[in-house]
Amino acid sequence: MVDTELYPDQVYDLISVIPDPEIPVITIKDLGILRAVRIEDEEYIVTITPTYTACPAMGMIEDQIKEILSERGIKKVKVELTYSPAWTTDWLSYEAKIKLKQYGIAPPNHSSCSHMFDASEKVICPRCNSKQTELISRFGSTACKALYKCNSCKETFDLFKCH
Amino acid sequence: MTTKEATYTYALRLGDDALILGHRLSELCSRGPILEEDLALTNISLDMIGRAQALLKYAADTENNGNTEDDIAYRRAENHYYNHLLVEQPNGDFAHTIARQLLISVFEYLFYTELEKSRDENLSAIAKKVTKEVKYHMQHAIDWTIRLGDGTNESHKRMQTAINDMWMYSGELFEMDEVDQYLFREGVAVDLIPLKAHWQNRIQTVLTKATLVTPEDGYMQTGSKKGVHSENLGHILSEMQYLQRSYPDAKW
Ligand SMILES: [Zn+2]
Repeated sequence: MVDTELYPDQVYDLISVIPDPEIPVITIKDLGILRAVRIEDEEYIVTITPTYTACPAMGMIEDQIKEILSERGIKKVKVELTYSPAWTTDWLSYEAKIKLKQYGIAPPNHSSCSHMFDASEKVICPRCNSKQTELISRFGSTACKALYKCNSCKETFDLFKCH
Repeated sequence: MTTKEATYTYALRLGDDALILGHRLSELCSRGPILEEDLALTNISLDMIGRAQALLKYAADTENNGNTEDDIAYRRAENHYYNHLLVEQPNGDFAHTIARQLLISVFEYLFYTELEKSRDENLSAIAKKVTKEVKYHMQHAIDWTIRLGDGTNESHKRMQTAINDMWMYSGELFEMDEVDQYLFREGVAVDLIPLKAHWQNRIQTVLTKATLVTPEDGYMQTGSKKGVHSENLGHILSEMQYLQRSYPDAKW
């Protein structure tokens, strides 16, 4: 089969396995970064959306998409960035949240983010499941995370912020 | 003036605010008072640069004469930048950094919440992302204002001085010129006049909680919408544009 005859769905499946560069246990599909694939003028148009406007991983993800498709002989690829609809943690699947927790990152609590970030909100330690945790900083190692500490196991951990 | 011309200017102004404040905050990288704060300030800086990229790209696409967002960011002269005077003010001591962040982030939260309703789809989409991010910036600034204001005698005094020093740059945030008015009539731009009362209310609530005095509106600095800046912008640009001036077309 000639690769240029791949359906957009097949191209989508091929690139959906790309891990997020900063949280490699989940894929760009799990995270909701990969939005769609379509064909336009014999070219595959891949639409991705950034988690945060300044997400530094976007360039790397674009390169990886092109690399994977290039290995299948597909050269005519354009990766488009869209801001709408705005990315939200609501798009994280249940499985993705489990994977985050196993990786040591507390998954976002809410499905709705309309409230202000509440420092007194109870966050469960991903290591020991204790509720005795406290906020150290709203800004963690990357834009999408906040830094917490657990008063039970004494470890610090990241919370994937509700967004 | 056409809608296209006005939209270009509008996106450019918003992009410049983000670019210049992003650069200012990046100066604090490795200089934060504590490690967590270093991370916070540089995270905010990164959000700003992402926002600048989105807005300046939209400006470049609207202008449509071959310029990219990088050309726009790095190849203009000082009097062709349209960021508010507030965001170019120096970081000063930590209280000054926080005072500037408080005044601008409360404004931006209110502003971008309104811009979400813009009839311009691109501006509306960018605004929806910005609102989510700027909430965190605002909460960060509010926390620190209260902590420093309601802190020791020294931190209280410094926080009050910083608020007083920054106040004269706040009036400009609510000026409507012909571009704003034109685009407001088109359903694209935000009406800044009603925003001012909301902003004052929120700021006053925070300052009162921080045991600080809200300054009286006195003389207000102005000029940025015409490209007239304080001496600080030139210094920022000489550093920010150094690489592109020394090595034109340099790429990563
Ligand atoms: Zn624990």
